[in-house]
Amino acid sequence: MESVTGTIIIPGEAEGVLLASAEPLSFWGGYDQHTGEIIDRRHPLSGDIGTGRILALPFTRGSSTTTAILLESVRRGVAPAGIITDRADVFLALASVVADEMYERAFPMVAVDREVFDRLKSGQRARIGQGGIIDITAAS
Amino acid sequence: MVLTDYDKALLAGEEGPAAQMAMRILNRMLPVFGVDRFMDVEAAHIDSTVYMGIATMEYAERLAALGAKVRVPATLNVSGVDEHGWQEWEVPEEVAANATRQMRAYEAMGCIPTWTCAPYQTEHAPSFGQQIAAGESNVIGYYNSVIGARTERYPDLLDICAAITGRVPAAGLHLDEGRKGTVLLRLRGVSRQLQEDDAFYPVLGHLIGRMAPDGIPVIEGMEVQPTNDQLKAVCAGGASAGAIALFHMVGVTPEAPTTEAAFQGDMPPRVIEVGMDELRASYRDLSTADGEQLDMVVLGSPHFSIDEFKALAPLVAGRRKAEGVDFLVTCSRTVRMVAGHVGLLEPIEAFGAKITVDTCPLTSPMLPDRIKNLMTNSAKYAYYSPGLLGTDVVYGRLSDCVESAVLGRVKREEGPWKA
Repeated sequence: MESVTGTIIIPGEAEGVLLASAEPLSFWGGYDQHTGEIIDRRHPLSGDIGTGRILALPFTRGSSTTTAILLESVRRGVAPAGIITDRADVFLALASVVADEMYERAFPMVAVDREVFDRLKSGQRARIGQGGIIDITAAS
Repeated sequence: MVLTDYDKALLAGEEGPAAQMAMRILNRMLPVFGVDRFMDVEAAHIDSTVYMGIATMEYAERLAALGAKVRVPATLNVSGVDEHGWQEWEVPEEVAANATRQMRAYEAMGCIPTWTCAPYQTEHAPSFGQQIAAGESNVIGYYNSVIGARTERYPDLLDICAAITGRVPAAGLHLDEGRKGTVLLRLRGVSRQLQEDDAFYPVLGHLIGRMAPDGIPVIEGMEVQPTNDQLKAVCAGGASAGAIALFHMVGVTPEAPTTEAAFQGDMPPRVIEVGMDELRASYRDLSTADGEQLDMVVLGSPHFSIDEFKALAPLVAGRRKAEGVDFLVTCSRTVRMVAGHVGLLEPIEAFGAKITVDTCPLTSPMLPDRIKNLMTNSAKYAYYSPGLLGTDVVYGRLSDCVESAVLGRVKREEGPWKA
């Protein structure tokens, strides 16, 4: 197991299987709010399911509606359990803040250095804990 | 954290519970923006209008019920339905009802009901140097790049908080230093003839979004002065394939009279040469299909302008689209009205085209299931249709779209785009 420490963007704890890509994503046109599927057909994660995962993306591209889609996904219970980025991403963080305001269902977010981000691999298990510490274990 | 008396009053609820909720959200976001204070904005453009489901409606109605009123002029982006025309399409009644409720909520907050993703085509467009809070990715790009107004890249749900309070984090693109170019894209061997081709601009936008997704690209090597519609196409492409909130085009956009000015006197940190190989790859990447199948042509993302209607009308005059192909143009209510008054809609409707206002097929579930193959001249429609609509898409210039609609199958004048 490896532990890394990032910057807390939204505090909280979550655990799940990592779904990671170095390519940014727009949730509008990129994440299905009914199924949690990644639906940007030009994205490397196209077809994967984000529900309950620890989703690792460097940042969001594209539409301002990314935040609305992620909020709808939280409300429907198909959002990722937690999100790791390589910088403070306003679009994703706002979805968690508003999910807390509206439904008391915030999800945690941590930003890590690019060098750490690049070591994250889909299939690993990740646990976001207190203090921005992320425990990563190899795929079982 | 450095809060003014007004900020503190907002947080304490002295300006009412809606302003308190809006400021509470802004205040929680302040550290995410990486700054410790707020600043004033003079106007806003609200993308929160896009109906995505119960949550976006409940959010709008929560604010409205708390008595929210916007403090600065706030134009409204597209809705989830063409309010008076949705019945002609496949929009589920429940979606229409909820989206309309969401429209009423934003109107009740005192916003300007422009219902368009091209508010820069209205009399409410900002001017150079104005501080704005804008949502909608293409609008953010256009306000910053083409007009030289200043807005950060705001998401839905936060733009309305800024409009209600008149406050935003003093960060990023609002500040001089945040507007400096980060990468120089040097056009090489890109002929004047190609730059005069409408097809060039969406392709260029898509390319800068791919090459510098989180940067402020500076484009050098323009030999023509693009029109506002052509620049709009660059904005929409760059904000779909990437997160481009500002680009500079040397000799064209207001903050880039020279390359040096675009980099604020510094050397470009990175230089990328862009030639025909890169542009052709970008052109190809905009299409997901290479067959001739065609079910629908869709134009107007961002919303069609009067000039675009003027370009379309003579292309379709006296002609008729093929039976099996739908032809849709999306625009604002105002542009449709003006186009109608000056006689531009007659030939277009006689051609068999339909006009949808307030929204577009990406934000309103309006298309019948049989639509599987789209054609468009918009990089934004081309980027999002496969994911949002489950269709394939072919990108082509305006005249290609018209000729294909007449023929009933995809036909493009490849010209310089041929590999």
